[in-house]
Amino acid sequence: MADRTIVPFGPHHPVLPEPLHLDLVIEDERVVEAIPQIGFVHRGLEKLVEKRDFKSYVYITERICGICAFGHSLGYSETVEALMEVEVPPRAQALRVIWHELSRTHSHLLWLGLLADAFGFENLFMQCWRLRERVLDIFERTTGGRVILSACNVGGVNHDIADEDLQGIVLVLEGMIGEYKTLLKTFMKDRSVANRLRGVGVLTKEEAIGFGVVGPFARASGIAEDIRTFGHGGYGLLGSFEPVTADECDGYARCKVRGDEVFQSIDIIKEIIQKMPEGEIMTKVKGSPAAGARAVWQLEQPRGECFYYAKGNGTKFLERFRIRTPTFMNLGGMVHTLQGCDLADVPLNVLTIDPCISCSER
Amino acid sequence: MGLKLTGMTLKNLMSKPVTRRYPHEPLVYTERTRGHVHNDMEKCILCSICDKACPAGALIVDKEALTWTIDRFSCVQCMACVRSCPPKAQRLTMRPEYAPSALTMSMETHTKTEE
Repeated sequence: MADRTIVPFGPHHPVLPEPLHLDLVIEDERVVEAIPQIGFVHRGLEKLVEKRDFKSYVYITERICGICAFGHSLGYSETVEALMEVEVPPRAQALRVIWHELSRTHSHLLWLGLLADAFGFENLFMQCWRLRERVLDIFERTTGGRVILSACNVGGVNHDIADEDLQGIVLVLEGMIGEYKTLLKTFMKDRSVANRLRGVGVLTKEEAIGFGVVGPFARASGIAEDIRTFGHGGYGLLGSFEPVTADECDGYARCKVRGDEVFQSIDIIKEIIQKMPEGEIMTKVKGSPAAGARAVWQLEQPRGECFYYAKGNGTKFLERFRIRTPTFMNLGGMVHTLQGCDLADVPLNVLTIDPCISCSER
Repeated sequence: MGLKLTGMTLKNLMSKPVTRRYPHEPLVYTERTRGHVHNDMEKCILCSICDKACPAGALIVDKEALTWTIDRFSCVQCMACVRSCPPKAQRLTMRPEYAPSALTMSMETHTKTEE
């Protein structure tokens, strides 16, 4: 039997944009066990609900994570709206869906770029990020920010998008599709990409259910689960759609699911722009959450299902606010895929779950 | 084979760069870009609603000293103050261009001149 060695991986590693530490127990070149450790970017943001009133806190939820910035402000706003039984105007809900789906597009393009970078395909990485830039430009034109949008607020949205700008967004997205198809063809058909991804980090459907993984990670293992299909919030305005799934259960399948979800997001944006309701974009929120009132909310973030819980105490401060992020759910599955893989595949395995460490640590 | 990107690569070779030569070519801001908060002190009534609305606590309004102070290092450019400003005359506005960079932390104080 070969000697066992422990190789530390992270918290600073070229493949990780955020700090995650893994102690890899290896035998020869094979990982026997991976022991994760998180907590390097804990900022105590959940505790801050006791210091900032519920209207100001939406700006803090945005800063939980740079990539799901809009998603978290949306999740928080919808939770507080459920807590206070606020009716949100339909136009605001539709605008929220547009920004949220644009966030998903930019998050997946960012991830595809990072994946290409992880297996050393620099050109593909730059092309992905070049396309992503157009989505960020839409953000800047419509909200004034590229990453931190400050567009969502309790009761509605802060900015309206004029109808001609909505058509402009459709044009930009349609212009992206051609180039994006070329990029996706490279991901799906290129031999060098397939060599690195096929059969790497397999998580079967049974294991995925057992670990309770969510989002594209679960959908790549054949679980057709997508919170958007529940029709929460603005998604109720849409017609029915099917979650993108794949059955290969490996890194390649995760790449395929995220790649196809970009098309799905573009379709959703186009559909919602066609059905765009007229009217107000903001309801005035008066009073504070009632004492003992509780609300839960689920939202499909780019990385999977995110769960929110809020409890009021009669003052303008919330008693408790809790976020269970998709990465937190996926870490168990990720550690499982690491067992038995090659040391050289560890960075790719970590990356294919699209870890967002600052989300899960808050 | 690994030639799927060749067409796009060749096209990039022939076309103009996507990036901008930034310091030589100035940035083009959109109308909504949240650059910095600007206060029109002549119209400001020092009602201190912006002070209360600021989630970062970056604004201090002193009615006695007739000053409106902003800590640019604390400001998170969320526009909450601009939206809270009483709508009759838009005194607080968000300007697209960014405030000049500073090396030290300092408070920027604007004083209202007596009429």
